Amino acid sequence: MRARWIIAAIVLLPLLAATGYGIAAQYPLIDKLENAPPRSAFSRKLIADGARLAAIGGCHLCHTAPDGADFAGNRPIPTPFGTIYSTNITPAPGSGIGQWSEAAFARAMRAGISRTGRHQFPAFPYPHFARLSDADLHALYAFLMTRRPVETTQLPNRLLFPLNQRWLMTFWNILFFHPASSRRDPRHDAEWNRGAYLVAGLGHCGDCHTPRNLFGAEESGRKFAGGRGEGWTGPALPAAPTPWSTAQLFHYLRHGWDQTHGAAAGPMQAVAAGLGQADPADVRAIAAYLSSREPRTALPRGHSGNAEPAAGNRLGAALFAGACARCHAGGAPMLPPHGIDLRLSTAIAAADPRDAILTVLGGIRQPDGRAGPYMPGFADSFSDRQMAALLSFVRARYGGGPAWRGLASRVRALRQGRGQS
Amino acid sequence: MITLTVNGRTHRLEIEPATPLLYVLRGELGQNGAKFGCGFGECGACTVIVDGEPVFSCLLPAIAAAGRKITTVEGLGTPAKPSPLQAAFIAEQAAQCGYCTAGMITRAQALIDRNPSPSESEIRAWMEPNLCRCGTYLRIIRAVRRLAEAWAKAHPGAPEEASR
Repeated sequence: MRARWIIAAIVLLPLLAATGYGIAAQYPLIDKLENAPPRSAFSRKLIADGARLAAIGGCHLCHTAPDGADFAGNRPIPTPFGTIYSTNITPAPGSGIGQWSEAAFARAMRAGISRTGRHQFPAFPYPHFARLSDADLHALYAFLMTRRPVETTQLPNRLLFPLNQRWLMTFWNILFFHPASSRRDPRHDAEWNRGAYLVAGLGHCGDCHTPRNLFGAEESGRKFAGGRGEGWTGPALPAAPTPWSTAQLFHYLRHGWDQTHGAAAGPMQAVAAGLGQADPADVRAIAAYLSSREPRTALPRGHSGNAEPAAGNRLGAALFAGACARCHAGGAPMLPPHGIDLRLSTAIAAADPRDAILTVLGGIRQPDGRAGPYMPGFADSFSDRQMAALLSFVRARYGGGPAWRGLASRVRALRQGRGQS
Repeated sequence: MITLTVNGRTHRLEIEPATPLLYVLRGELGQNGAKFGCGFGECGACTVIVDGEPVFSCLLPAIAAAGRKITTVEGLGTPAKPSPLQAAFIAEQAAQCGYCTAGMITRAQALIDRNPSPSESEIRAWMEPNLCRCGTYLRIIRAVRRLAEAWAKAHPGAPEEASR
């Protein structure tokens, strides 16, 4: 009996102590500004620099709701732990950040602590933004504080207990948040170093391109090994069947497509649309850094682009000939840029068919009627079985690598997922 | 041998399985309503209804259409007896050169079939894949609205979104 009490105490006391610590380890409130800084507090150049940086950070992607005012928040962000509604980062004094001093803004960005001292959830990528330089933070602050203020009613997050307990982030931060400033690598030039800083920091590329652990933290040992973003694969960097040159990657990041690698799809479209508004020198730096990580020669895949491996699949061959060949077969009348050579497609070369399935189901369309690559979706054209036959034909003929397994059930699941979103 | 069911009639055809449905409709079955526009699924002139969904028939291999319920503009009404949607297009004079019209009507019919009283924004979003180079979009939207409003008037008290 007594032993049981001792064991209980051994187990429970540290838990209680930790809870106490978590709740007690709070951060101080940073005083409100009496008035939001006037526009004249910032130079036009500083605001413009901030705008170009915000385009790299993609602030508006999360902080603008569909059909909502720019930067006014309330966009639902799906996470494995529930839905988080983004916050209002317009300079509205009540519901926005109009009363935030630059010190409060810097602490939120770098440490994940809001002005009032509350923990932010790491859906907000402060573990990346911790690397931001003072100069870049200053420009971002100038940009955001000069947006149109819009008062909103913040929608409550829908997280399961106890994940909605912000104090628990104390422990998440102890375990997973190890802020580091980007150190200059003397082996590389200034452009490469700027790119490395932007990729790790403001661009928070790892958010989608690095796998996450059970707690939603990026796995530090598997940087850019491939992750997930809005239901799409964030391919490993590098993953493309042919290596990216700096020029190719620059074109892709600025325009959302490149003739040698194809078109951006899923959330990458909006990322590229943002990078189209960024400082071209910064995008070139990102391209220079990322292309330096690419292999020198094509990844060994051994695919030949001939029909032999797909010979037994007559249904797939017929569907490809009738639906895809006009744009994607060799010698198609308007190729390029009408459809890429599928041997170059990262989605077709990938071990997981997810992005290939999503692309064939929904096609590729540009948001907001922007000009750019287009592919019609085939969700209503093909049954799950036909889609599976088509994709296994394409995989065998153009993808190299082992055949995709269980395609029909993957198609069914992803088709249903599309309907819900 | 491929069996196609078009506008309620069943046809058994000796055709290549990869042949686009559009070519079969026009070349084999004399159903010339659906038009060849771009051949890339970009314009919607070839739109037909397959199992209730609007589909680009220029990119639908015949084998994928086999055994499904295909409806073309000819299946909706006749010049003497136009369907309510066709009558609305006539009333609003929603055609100029007419090349896109069959595709516009079939796409709109698929919307009306699932929601007899769509709002203007729902109509705009739904019709977005189809292009009209004459620019008759506003009249096309009015024609669909006309039908939607007539339905709403005939069904007072019905919920805005009738069916989904």
